[in-house]
Amino acid sequence: MNAHQFDVIVVGAGGAGLMAGLYASRTAKTAVISKLYPTRSHTGAAQGGISAALGNLEEDRIEWHTYDSIKGSDYLGDQDAIQFMCEEAPQAILELEHMGLPFDRTPEGRISQRFFGGHTNNETGKPVRRACHAADRTGHMILQTLYQQCLKNKVNFFDEYQAIDLLIENGRAVGVVAIELATGELHTFHAKAVIFATGGHGRIFEVTSNAYAYTGDGAAMLLRKGLPLEDMEFFQFHPTGIYKLGILITEGVRGDGGVLINGKGERFMPKYAPTVKDLASRDVVSRAIYTEIREGRGINGSNYVYLDVRPETVNRIAELDGRTNPDGSKYTVTGEQILQKLPDIIDFCRVYLGVDPVTQMMPIQPTAHYTMGGIPTNKYGEVVIDDKQTPFPGLYAAGECACVSVHGGNRLGTNSLLDLVVFGKHAGLRAAEYANGVEFESLPKQPEAAARSQFDALRHATGKENVYDISTEMKKIMFDLVGIYRTEKDMLVAIEKVRELKQRYANVKVTDTGKIFNTELINAWELGNMLELAEVIAVSALNRKESRGGHSREDYPNRDDKEWMKHTLVVKQADELKISYKPVTVTKYQPKVRVY
Amino acid sequence: MQVTLKIFRFNPEVDKKWHYETYTLDAPETDRILDLLEKVKGHVDGTLSFRRSCAHGVCGSDALRINGRNQLACKTLVRDTGAKITVEPLLGLKVIKDLIVDMKPFFDNYKTVLPYFINDSPLPADGKERLQTIEQRARFDETTKCVLCAACTTSCPSFWGSETYLGPAAFVTAHRFIFDSRDEAASERLHILSETNGVARCHTVYNCTMACPREIQITKAIGEIKLAMITGKLD
Ligand SMILES: Cc1cc2nc3c(=O)[nH]c(=O)nc-3n(C[C@H](O)[C@H](O)[C@H](O)COP(=O)(O)OP(=O)(O)OC[C@H]3O[C@@H](n4cnc5c(N)ncnc54)[C@H](O)[C@@H]3O)c2cc1C
Ligand code: SF4
Ligand code: FES
Repeated sequence: MNAHQFDVIVVGAGGAGLMAGLYASRTAKTAVISKLYPTRSHTGAAQGGISAALGNLEEDRIEWHTYDSIKGSDYLGDQDAIQFMCEEAPQAILELEHMGLPFDRTPEGRISQRFFGGHTNNETGKPVRRACHAADRTGHMILQTLYQQCLKNKVNFFDEYQAIDLLIENGRAVGVVAIELATGELHTFHAKAVIFATGGHGRIFEVTSNAYAYTGDGAAMLLRKGLPLEDMEFFQFHPTGIYKLGILITEGVRGDGGVLINGKGERFMPKYAPTVKDLASRDVVSRAIYTEIREGRGINGSNYVYLDVRPETVNRIAELDGRTNPDGSKYTVTGEQILQKLPDIIDFCRVYLGVDPVTQMMPIQPTAHYTMGGIPTNKYGEVVIDDKQTPFPGLYAAGECACVSVHGGNRLGTNSLLDLVVFGKHAGLRAAEYANGVEFESLPKQPEAAARSQFDALRHATGKENVYDISTEMKKIMFDLVGIYRTEKDMLVAIEKVRELKQRYANVKVTDTGKIFNTELINAWELGNMLELAEVIAVSALNRKESRGGHSREDYPNRDDKEWMKHTLVVKQADELKISYKPVTVTKYQPKVRVY
Repeated sequence: MQVTLKIFRFNPEVDKKWHYETYTLDAPETDRILDLLEKVKGHVDGTLSFRRSCAHGVCGSDALRINGRNQLACKTLVRDTGAKITVEPLLGLKVIKDLIVDMKPFFDNYKTVLPYFINDSPLPADGKERLQTIEQRARFDETTKCVLCAACTTSCPSFWGSETYLGPAAFVTAHRFIFDSRDEAASERLHILSETNGVARCHTVYNCTMACPREIQITKAIGEIKLAMITGKLD
């Protein structure tokens, strides 16, 4: 009954989905469907900035951005794609500005830029100002601006529609089935091209900066259809989450001069990254914090450390490090300036911790933050399904759910927002171009059957298992056993436990039998997605016998370029996970030891 | 500590009329009201329905009436409310189920004020950014913070009186563009805001400003819009 037809369907209305929708709709009949109202998407939570070698405050080069990202990825990123992204970056940022995005400004009236971890001047090795920002709500401004431009350009939206199945016919993606949350009705969206932009899956972990909506729906839907997922073992733990809550404290705090302090009152990062110190790559800083904690130097011997951005500390450290302003004068800050640069961070600390960062230190611990792996694509956003990069006709992906791979083993801060804008746009353009060159393929017979039976099974399950209990256990297992440090022993336990949870999940009880906003049913379905992906993550991580980027094996502490300069691909066949590999694209940057 | 949580309940598929349910829970003072709702949903009554996503006050999903005041459930702590907590849906919008209201009238109003950047003049010749001074950028900083949570609009007596009153959130968005030195459609927006559903129906009750979880000085922004209408000046 509820049948719709569009040339292009975009699933997801975050930065990537909106960018794709905006571009696809220029030439093709396009609709964007989203389980959240678009402005609720997680892109709105991004704080610190979006990178581009604009060089507005000091010399910067696209080449340096490219090299920093490759190094940051621990040489697992595909160098052609990274170069493409960094080359597109300046124009992408300017385009956002032309759409009205209110970036902060330099005294000359240009887009202001700040320091961020891993972004350097390749000649001096010192940090470089590359992150374009709008206070500490850059993502919010990107999300609002793109949504507004979509309204202006009359893009079609289906808000609070959740995609639950991808439709495939004759080897082509032909649409999706979605549930309208307000009515519980199923809808079939018939399309020539489908773009997934569903975001990440950090909710698999106990302590996370990620929204409730980060349940990996897109990746899980494709896995169920027999399509591969790439590099799922690579998950980023951000060094500075608010203790226990996981809420993110942007790296911009350290960019603006904040430092990490252990239980002995020492600034410990110089020990681990002598040159850029507190502004090393995220994997490096997270491991440093864990090492401090494990060696008993957490605050009061506990499992957290402090982040200190009090002006007196910032000024003392800036003096010690010889830090200067762009004009060469001494770098100093006042409490007032901290408040101006980081208003939201200060608000979070006051509300959730009762701590005022201008006068007190913030208790922090690493928090599960970003999905580097995901749906394999090439640099045009086409989903590719094997080691030869063969595209799957009609299927596209962009944003955090995709793996291009531009982030490889570890994403640099500010490169994700850039990824959304660049690859969202290209996925939109490509999908529209493809759609305009082909006829509609027919839909499978009874397109809703698979989705309906999956949901009916959940709805009528008679078991006793509680969704929240299973979910809580999964999160703890994944955070403790497949987290920052990993060993074979732990991961074998994790895999066994996740599989047990999957069995229990088959007997889950949904008490709400209604149709209207049955959020209990939706939560149960999302848990199923997370369990699928948790298993893929753990199996991929166990398989990779080396340490690289965000994947740190205590039993294999070194990077092994001979064996492991390759991407992991996992497919699900007859309920078994099968692993294969794909080479990393290397253009001119040979792997080197990574020091910061 | 022990808290009693009284929640507005309405399931249109079962209930003829809404009612309240009371739950007693153990919760630390640092729990968010959202955490309490999750606990009830997880372990007491799975049918309880509400919207949420970010859980830290930036997505605008979970504005609710908590102890009679519009607030975000994820930004209000037990420490702030005390042990007796009443949670109800926003006023002035139709309840769909439990704490979920129909946001359509709210977003329709938002869409009325041309909520997008308009500048049809040619780009700078070098293709780079349109220049804006730090002061010009600061002029509208405050109103860029809005997360469209509707706490303001649904606390306003004028909106309770009529859903078509554009309401404070729409004015905040209009302000963000009217005072952006790069935007060229200020006069069109001011015209829209001067019509019957516009700022004239704001009676400076300050409810909106009190309700805003982003601490936007909404009444001040509305005042600036009114002044611009009279003087025709935007500085
Ligand atoms: C707190 C925080 C701070 C960050 N700061 C930065 C930063 O400073 N710089 C940076 O570069 N990156 C940052 N990141 C990372 C970056 O913000 C995200 O990676 C990025 O915004 C993801 O965008 P997206 O478009 O892929 O997904 P999202 O914006 O999350 O959008 C996902 C969309 O998919 C929809 N969706 C999901 N599942 C379904 C389904 N089944 N059916 C229909 N719709 C669905 C959702 O409704 C949503 O609209 C930060 C991340 C966090 C969490
Ligand atoms: S102005 Fe404040 S209260 Fe009103 S919608 Fe925006 S954020 Fe919410
Ligand atoms: S859940 Fe996002 S604002 Fe509360």
